[in-house]
Amino acid sequence: MEILVCVKRVPDTAENEFELNGAGNDLDRDDLVYSVNEWDNYAVEEAIQIVDKVGGNVTVITVGDSESEEVLRREMAMGANNGILLSDDAFEGSDGKGIAAILKAEIEKGKYDLILTGAQADEGAGQVGGMLAAMLDLPYASLVNKIEVGEGKIKVGREIEGGNQEMNEISLPCVLSIQTGINEPRYVGIRGIRKVAGVEIPVKSASDLGIAADSIGKAGAKTKRIDYFVPDLGAGAEMLEGSTDEIIAKLIEKLKAKGGL
Amino acid sequence: MTSIIGPASYKFFGVFPAALLSFILPIIGIGCFTYIMARRIAPLVRANPDNRFDHIGKRIQNLIVIWLGQMRQPRYMLAGVLHIVIFAGFLILSIRSVSLVIIGFSDGFVFPGLGGGLGLVYNFIKDYAATFVLIACIVAAVRRGIYKPKRYAVPEKYGKDHTAEAVFVLGIISTLMISESLFEATEAAFEFQKTGETHFLAPLTLVWIFRAMLSSVSPNVLQGLHIFFYYVHDLAFFFFLCFLPMGKHFHVITSIFNVFFMRVQKGNIKPVKYGIADDKLDDLTSFGVKKLEDFTWKHMLDFYSCADCGRCSDQCPANAVGRPLSPRFITIKARDLIFKNYPMSGEIYDSGKLLVQDIYTEDEIWSCTTCGACEEECPLGIEYIDKMVDLRRGMVDEGLVPQSLQKPMKALEKRGNPYGKMEKKRAEWAEDKEFSALCQVKDLDGETADTLYFVDSITSYDDNIQNIARKTSLILKKAGVDFGILGKLEKDSGNEVLRFGEEMLYQDLKSQNTEAILETGVKQIITSDPHAYNALKNDYKGLPPVKHISQVVAQKIRTGELDLKPCLNPEKVYVYHDPCYLGRHNGIYEDPRQALDAIEGLNRVELEKSRDRSFCCGGGGLMLFYEPEEETRMGVLRVNMAAEAGATVIVTACPFCLVNIQDAIKVAGKEGQMEALDFTELIEQHLV
Repeated sequence: MEILVCVKRVPDTAENEFELNGAGNDLDRDDLVYSVNEWDNYAVEEAIQIVDKVGGNVTVITVGDSESEEVLRREMAMGANNGILLSDDAFEGSDGKGIAAILKAEIEKGKYDLILTGAQADEGAGQVGGMLAAMLDLPYASLVNKIEVGEGKIKVGREIEGGNQEMNEISLPCVLSIQTGINEPRYVGIRGIRKVAGVEIPVKSASDLGIAADSIGKAGAKTKRIDYFVPDLGAGAEMLEGSTDEIIAKLIEKLKAKGGL
Repeated sequence: MTSIIGPASYKFFGVFPAALLSFILPIIGIGCFTYIMARRIAPLVRANPDNRFDHIGKRIQNLIVIWLGQMRQPRYMLAGVLHIVIFAGFLILSIRSVSLVIIGFSDGFVFPGLGGGLGLVYNFIKDYAATFVLIACIVAAVRRGIYKPKRYAVPEKYGKDHTAEAVFVLGIISTLMISESLFEATEAAFEFQKTGETHFLAPLTLVWIFRAMLSSVSPNVLQGLHIFFYYVHDLAFFFFLCFLPMGKHFHVITSIFNVFFMRVQKGNIKPVKYGIADDKLDDLTSFGVKKLEDFTWKHMLDFYSCADCGRCSDQCPANAVGRPLSPRFITIKARDLIFKNYPMSGEIYDSGKLLVQDIYTEDEIWSCTTCGACEEECPLGIEYIDKMVDLRRGMVDEGLVPQSLQKPMKALEKRGNPYGKMEKKRAEWAEDKEFSALCQVKDLDGETADTLYFVDSITSYDDNIQNIARKTSLILKKAGVDFGILGKLEKDSGNEVLRFGEEMLYQDLKSQNTEAILETGVKQIITSDPHAYNALKNDYKGLPPVKHISQVVAQKIRTGELDLKPCLNPEKVYVYHDPCYLGRHNGIYEDPRQALDAIEGLNRVELEKSRDRSFCCGGGGLMLFYEPEEETRMGVLRVNMAAEAGATVIVTACPFCLVNIQDAIKVAGKEGQMEALDFTELIEQHLV
């Protein structure tokens, strides 16, 4: 089975403290560390496990700048066979639809049985998977937490409100967005990344993909971020300050005062 | 005919010379033994290299103290004394056993030098040796067969009970002792009947008793018994020799080698592969132990040498709290796999599976806190920590790392600490208003000092533990030490990163720290974290001398540079808990105690399990992130031990111990009755 997994490089939520930049329109990105989006990591692990069972190849793809290559390498160290980096100044500022359009252009050049994305990204809107499926005119299942591979089709499970599970049959090729918890992604250390350090990763630009520069990027974006801020404290909300112990003491005091304890 | 006919001259049925049998038996016996040993050595030849020919002086010392002197045996008094008796008996009787084999075809053979007075002395001693060995065997058999001490039990998941094998071997040893004595007693009784003379026999020995019992038996029967018991002994001897390599009694042969080759350094971890320098690690195609042959030959010898005594597991804190780890079965399972894959005849078999999917489980290998209690106890010098690390290296290389550990490992890679906190916040503990008014800590990225205070991650970032950094700084200031910190240039020491098998990440942390430390030009390093102390001292190379704060305090008290007030809370009962990485791995037991005792009026008790038998509180570093399957927490058991000792304050000298014990006091429901305190906090309170 030929599987393509779309991945994204994001600021790591576990290892950063997010603050707004001076202009107030984005995160202060000076001291951030990045990694592969957590959901995408589960998608790659799932793809590798499927290929281990039924054979085939796993290709990882991302839209980003040259630094995004690091996440492709990390996923290749996990066991993905190929990587493709879609990079062009013209891609910058793309909205979800733009990203989906860029991915679609490359996907059409290959022949994939299964296309996986993460259910959402840490700083994203969870829209690329669905748009991509629509643009490719392929069946789509979102928030997939179980995959059973059969002949010519697969069964996919989704967790439903209230902890129920549903199973769906879906014909190939298709697009799935993967939920965390579908598996236990394997560990990739420095050693694994070094092993794939020399592997060539093709970089493709807008012209390689044959897409018009004005249909994507800032120019083509139909949605634009117009503000970025920490919400004002609403009525009744209060931020406790101090050391952890002090915060706990204050919290207990408040709970007691309001009759919560 | 006045003397009995020995096996060398005896003829069965008056025609068949017994000497021929006496000659053939040893040939068959030694032939079989040689073949068996060759098969047993086969896996060792295929194993990984191991450098065990260094520190020869220390190795000879171990041989004298641990092997010949059996110094670790009395740590379990009854079993230990029994073993010493049997061991000493074996050594003494080995000469007798060999000469008996030769007597079979050479009448009256004695080894050169044992003909005269020395021979009489030897005979006197060996008769008592045989007697005491028999008594020890009977006591041991009753103990194992009837009283069945708990530590020998085999949990169902680890296979069948081993009592039968143990008792069977005690039976063989008893047979050897009895037949040897009867062989001699029949001759003495025969001589008495023929000549009326009794030559001296050591009183109350087996020979002495048997001679008395046989005094009225007819000479013909005595002659028959003499030959019969000779061959009983001969057969039992060679059977035993060939039976030894089949099970736990292999240690009778391997122990001398195993002790000679045992670990001589403490606190360090073996390289990924002996003979491969750190900068050549990238060339290796595989890391760690994945299959049997990836173990080093010494580690395989360990498997052969295990006597199944269960002392390791009896001391193991992971086993005590019901984690799926029992060090004894790490060894026994590997030994049984060697026996299975390297059978006595036929093809060598390769199970083709990873060891952690075949005989071990992943959780079993992650359960170890590397506290070292097992290694400290093993009378045979079997080691576990390096094996755990090698198995973990194999798992990390295969990507088999629990999610709970992946996050801190990734954070260590990106930020140099397991919490994923920003590098620039590493020295924030020093900016505390109250503290900075008392003490300004130099940042050696720019400033200079004689001494580096290596803080390490938990003490830098954990709100609750940062206090240790501040107390340590105040003590150093008071003691007149010119010190500074690395600030944002400091990375995690990587003590647990190395021990959790993430070798390349550890190498990375080590080289960043080494570079930053050497850049400062400091003359010594002080740390308040035993894990950092251990890594910098035993794992890193080429650094200035490293000291733990307790050593500095004890020394400054001795020289009079630090003065302590009388105890502020003389009504409290203090107990010192030895951190594994300060005590067992680095031998620092007395300095912290001396410092505590320098506080006048401080009431200090000792835990029953203390010093080299200290009980791990739950482990440090990455172990704090691991989510084990367990019935209770190690810390809870430790807190209960302290309560039993009558303590109200548990003093420790390690940030991880503090975290674990503080948590455990809450879990054990002893809040208000007991408290945990770091060494530095107690000392700082009492600074004059």
